[in-house]
Amino acid sequence: MPPTDSLPTFTKSIAITVRQPSKLRNLELFLLLVAIGISATAIVLVQLGVNGAVDVGVLLQAGALGMLALGMHVALRVVARDADPFILPIATTLNGIGIAMIYRIDLARGLSGWEGLAVRQMVWAGVAMIIALGVIVAIRNHRVLARYRYVAMFVGIALLLLPMLPGIGLTLNGARLWIQVGGFTFQPGEIAKIALAVFFAGYLVTARDSLSLTGRRILGLQLPRARDLGPILIIWVAAMGVLIFQRDLGTSLLYFGLFVVMIYVSTGRLSWVLIGLGLFLGGAAIASRTLTYVEGRFAAWLDSFNPEVYDAQGGSYQLVQGLFGMAHGGLVGRGLGQGDPTITPLAESDYIIASLGEELGLVGLFAILGLYLLFVARGFRIGFNGTDDFGRLLAVGLAFVIVLQVFVVVGGVTRVIPLTGLTTPFLAAGGSSLVANWIIAALLLRLSDEVRHQPRLVVDE
Amino acid sequence: MNKELRRVSIVALSMFLALFVSTSVIQVFAVDDLRADGRNSRTLFESYSAERGPILVDGTPIAESVPVDTQYEFLRTYTQPELYAAITGYFTLNQGNTGIEGELNDFLSGTANEQFLDQLGALVTGQSPRGAAVELTVDPVVQQAAWDALGDQQGSVVAIEPATGRILAMVSKPAYDPNRLAAHDTQAVLAAYEELINNPDDPLVNRAIAGDLYFPGSVFKVLMAAAAIDSGEFEPESEFPNPPTLELPNSSSVISNSEGGACGGGETVTIATALRLSCNIPFAQLGLALGEDTIADYADAFGFGTRVEIPMRSTASTFPTGLDEAQLMLSSFGQYDVRVTPLQIAMISAAIANGGNLMQPTLVDRVIAPDLSIVQEDEPVLLSQPISRETASIMTQLMVDGVANGAASNATIEGVAVAGKTGTAENGGETPYTLWFTGFAPADDPQVAIAVVVEDGGGFGQTAFGNRVAAPIAKTVLEAVLNR
Repeated sequence: MPPTDSLPTFTKSIAITVRQPSKLRNLELFLLLVAIGISATAIVLVQLGVNGAVDVGVLLQAGALGMLALGMHVALRVVARDADPFILPIATTLNGIGIAMIYRIDLARGLSGWEGLAVRQMVWAGVAMIIALGVIVAIRNHRVLARYRYVAMFVGIALLLLPMLPGIGLTLNGARLWIQVGGFTFQPGEIAKIALAVFFAGYLVTARDSLSLTGRRILGLQLPRARDLGPILIIWVAAMGVLIFQRDLGTSLLYFGLFVVMIYVSTGRLSWVLIGLGLFLGGAAIASRTLTYVEGRFAAWLDSFNPEVYDAQGGSYQLVQGLFGMAHGGLVGRGLGQGDPTITPLAESDYIIASLGEELGLVGLFAILGLYLLFVARGFRIGFNGTDDFGRLLAVGLAFVIVLQVFVVVGGVTRVIPLTGLTTPFLAAGGSSLVANWIIAALLLRLSDEVRHQPRLVVDE
Repeated sequence: MNKELRRVSIVALSMFLALFVSTSVIQVFAVDDLRADGRNSRTLFESYSAERGPILVDGTPIAESVPVDTQYEFLRTYTQPELYAAITGYFTLNQGNTGIEGELNDFLSGTANEQFLDQLGALVTGQSPRGAAVELTVDPVVQQAAWDALGDQQGSVVAIEPATGRILAMVSKPAYDPNRLAAHDTQAVLAAYEELINNPDDPLVNRAIAGDLYFPGSVFKVLMAAAAIDSGEFEPESEFPNPPTLELPNSSSVISNSEGGACGGGETVTIATALRLSCNIPFAQLGLALGEDTIADYADAFGFGTRVEIPMRSTASTFPTGLDEAQLMLSSFGQYDVRVTPLQIAMISAAIANGGNLMQPTLVDRVIAPDLSIVQEDEPVLLSQPISRETASIMTQLMVDGVANGAASNATIEGVAVAGKTGTAENGGETPYTLWFTGFAPADDPQVAIAVVVEDGGGFGQTAFGNRVAAPIAKTVLEAVLNR
């Protein structure tokens, strides 16, 4: 810290305050232009690779999204001048690559316009970016969110339970995670994860003393009091409910992992992690014995190449085809539009990472994973440098949501863990997921803006 | 809170590290296994979208990929389809590949590890990858001569260069047209395949190395005599009783010599005479004296029990085990349950011709990348040394005698010492005989070893011998080599 009583240093720090934000935004603008360039190049390469000709129409549609991203950048210059400069370009790049790959798969299937998924994905991306813009503009101070923590909890649980309602609930690929109103489907659980992260952050900031300081020590572990266990049990029941009734291992893992990490970060007590892991693993172990779909997933994971498992209904066919695709890509990939990703079922959503691995190679996957890692690191950075515990906790929670999603999806596709259906953030086809992840990006942008602001205020005072 | 955050970020980093590792394992380290998996349709798709390398004989393509205006871009075309069908095999879109097309698919399609840098170069320059050319050891003149000489007979001819193992000709009849299976019209291909696979004459089977195998009959006596002499227990002049018929032990069956009567007259007969005149009874007695184990050991050393790869895997020829005396005696002149491929019989002659050294037979001379660099060049490989040089020299003399003064007279070539042995194998009951010839020439400097097999008695039922049908075919092929 520079001494605050000397005049030259004071003016110097003022100068920094004035100059740095525009520097940050200029960096963001540069990175954003790179991101848009990468996305446009990817779409052109897809067109050349599949059709051998460039279709300007699609480029214009994608260009509109680029303009939206630039609009967001302009908005940030006004309402969040100190926001992190990497988050928006990374989200834009990933979204653009995802659209290019979905478009590529549309072309391979001979789908165009509204028949295809790419156009819908672009529309959803536009909606998601507008909502994200709204979040940044509307929420000027994130601490407001802490006040609505219980509202967030009820909203979260209500969204979770929505697909169970008869009439609007919809079962796709064996999982009951969607609602359908008219011709319009949505996965409310995607939004629920944000609501629950807000609830956890708000609840834990207020309850952490009772959670961390009370309780008895047994075998070197300080166990929480029974009444403090209440919320974690509710979440456990909800996660298991999702697992059993909505038949979705990945989503329940996501909620549970999110809660365990946030409670650990806020209370600093390892016992919570052990209790949480124990509850989840216990539940998963029972589920793997009793629920046939979970059992099938385990068999497909451990014994993928066994012909019986491969040919079984719900067996490892998709997993193995994904592995074949990635091996087909090898180190440097086949090139966009040059592989055969459509052999693998769900190549545009659950398996988009395998499709990208096939056409962009290990090099491309490393770049994509690197982008996720950087995105997550920016979130954790807010956790380290933030000024209020609610914001820090929320940032870590949101960043960890991305970590868990990437790990569960990519780990499932590459046989690190059993395959479960989660969406690859920003990449996979699916509107709800795009909206949710852009909201996460917007919240992280908002939270990071505070980080930049606060220390200087302290210094300048 | 920062301590916990640090720990959580380490956990998050570890999770990413796991993904970096798992993707690397799949896309770098396990690539070969994943690509080789039979269920990997991408490997197949890839193999026909690339310009597949040609198969060359003496520099001329016998199979090549011709550009066409369909989604598959190239059509595999065989210029002399039936002549080389047993060698090339066929290349289909998704029904599997056989022959050289199947065995060397990695090279032909350009996906072999040795061609990795080429693939990388093609990726960078944006060119479509191209497969390597495979140059065969086959001599087109000899191949044509063997094809013509076999005429309309069903059977096979295999000609090997004894010193190197290079296969100069390999014919299997009836043949088929691989162009029918390489077509892009899947329905037509399936129909053609159905027709060929249901054809009772099995045109898809390469009789030289596979199929139901043949009884060798008297050509097996070459191995028997070589084993007897090489074992040191017998000499060419070792004598056996010479009855006109012999009742098998513990059996009412009686065996006789093929010409009837005793073997060349006299109370006893030598191994040399028995081989020259191809008599069964002396060899039955010899087999009993040598014993099952000794014969089996020599058979193994000559290649029996091995799936020789040329590089197509041949079916292993078999010498039975656990024989009683009667079965051993029958086996000793190539009946009972001795079963062979023509390749195996040619290998026996080739080993004798090459001073007892059996060379690995092969069809592939070298693999040439599109930029004309040599990807792989096959050097002659010693497979085994079944018999000594001395035994080989004695056997050569005995076999020359068999052509000059014995049962294999129809292989005689004016001015050249031909070593040879005929065979006439019984297939039981009224079934026509299987007719054989094996040998090599010139005896003092062998250029070629050969096996000829003609099924179905050559059209003469049970009346013709190997010397009448198979020996003239062999003679034609030997002459084709000697006149090069």
